[in-house]
Amino acid sequence: MISLEGLTTLLQTWLQNTLGEPWAFAAESVLVGIAAITLFAFLGLALVYMERKVAALMQIRLGPNRVGPKGIFQTSADTLELVMKEGLTADGADKFLFNLAPFMVMIAAMLVLAPIAFARNFQIWDLSIGVLYVAAVSSVAVIGILMAGWSSNNKYSLLGAMRSAAQIVSYELSAGLSILAIVILTGSLRISDIINSQADGWWIIKGHLPVLIAFIVFLIAVTAETNRAPFDLAEAESELTAGFHTEYSGMKFALFFLAEYVNIFIVCAIGATLFLGGWMPFHIGGWDSFNHVMDFIPSSLWFFGKTMFLIFLIMWFRWTFPRLRVDQLLNLEWKYLLPISMVNLLLVTFMAIMGWHL
Amino acid sequence: MFLKEYFKTIYLTIRSLLKGMKTTGYYFTHQKEIITEQYPEVRPVLAERFKGEVIMPHNEANEHSCTGCQACEIACPNGTIKIVTKNEINAEGKKKKAIDTFVYHLELCTMCNLCVVACPSDAIVMANNYEHSVFDRREFTKVLNKPGSKIMEGIE
Repeated sequence: MISLEGLTTLLQTWLQNTLGEPWAFAAESVLVGIAAITLFAFLGLALVYMERKVAALMQIRLGPNRVGPKGIFQTSADTLELVMKEGLTADGADKFLFNLAPFMVMIAAMLVLAPIAFARNFQIWDLSIGVLYVAAVSSVAVIGILMAGWSSNNKYSLLGAMRSAAQIVSYELSAGLSILAIVILTGSLRISDIINSQADGWWIIKGHLPVLIAFIVFLIAVTAETNRAPFDLAEAESELTAGFHTEYSGMKFALFFLAEYVNIFIVCAIGATLFLGGWMPFHIGGWDSFNHVMDFIPSSLWFFGKTMFLIFLIMWFRWTFPRLRVDQLLNLEWKYLLPISMVNLLLVTFMAIMGWHL
Repeated sequence: MFLKEYFKTIYLTIRSLLKGMKTTGYYFTHQKEIITEQYPEVRPVLAERFKGEVIMPHNEANEHSCTGCQACEIACPNGTIKIVTKNEINAEGKKKKAIDTFVYHLELCTMCNLCVVACPSDAIVMANNYEHSVFDRREFTKVLNKPGSKIMEGIE
């Protein structure tokens, strides 16, 4: 059976036979980089199209339907337009930081890609502290946002960046605590261990109510962390024109835009890995014949299916809920999500010690 | 009783959020009705009073009813209309004021209708045309009187 795992092993043996050990590693690194960039470009195009279609259908509209069949080339045409536009640098801006900021945001998004397992044994880097790495690196993006807001020398940009910083710093807490619930149940920070521990059922099923609560808290927190509606105060267009990227145009704006969608994909991939079993097919402990049937569906399809489901859920939030005020946003985090996830963490720990999970 | 209030808030919030998601989810799954107008295929039905642009109607003999009184030019709040007049000598040898060119800047016009109200001889009216996009903005400067046209008989 053709699988991504077989493809990579085939490539590796071929490279090692033809190039030798050090050069094969270098060639593999370059190939991984190209693959990551291609994935990002494709994700940007596909997710923007998906978002516009989902938005349209939820608002009883048609959405993009002119460029290509059902408008599938609309986002490619938009990208072409952005590439051809001039990337202006404002006169009063801090030029170096202004031009550096979009790359910071993009690089932070790319770094988080490393420990994500896309299919069975198909992972860039299975480091032993995968979950900690994700939690740490994903918060670096806020530096890029702050940098963009500060260097633009524009009050709207600065306000948007400050809001974004306050928001990400607060919601990081409850996102971290809900991730911790799974780490406690698994007993490992390694992504592959977490996925393998779900071979007899996903954590959202095995973990009863506490994991379900952790999952909901995680979803709310990552929606806030990616600055998406209903938590899009950082770029609230009715108050701050476009927030931290008011002054950006052309490809530099496109990088921010792309980073937003890549971040959504990444947090949804993390959510799918932790709570829905990553590439692990739908297994029920003890039902061996049923599990065997489920194994016939390729693991990459399971992973992308779950991730797309979570992305759809987050898009559904965006096109349903109105934006929160700043005080409501901080109330939600500090008065509701944080206490709930702390108590929940206690419950999960108790459950793990007593061995009550399935 | 603080805790009871706390959990009641959470319950009510989640219930109202789910209600909202149910509505949008229903729209997402039941795509039978599209509320937007599919514009190039379906043309909008416009009311008679719709104000699209200023035009000057001419009859079959290429005659308009503009006397060149410049009331519209004075009434216009943002200088959209410029009238260039000339003196014509009529059959009795008397000099008479007439329009040479009636210049209308569509790009400045706000469709406020004040010129049409101000016109004493109903020479200009508002048209229903709304598709104004052009590739060159010079095309927005229009001359409303047709070449070779003259004023209708009996309009002073």
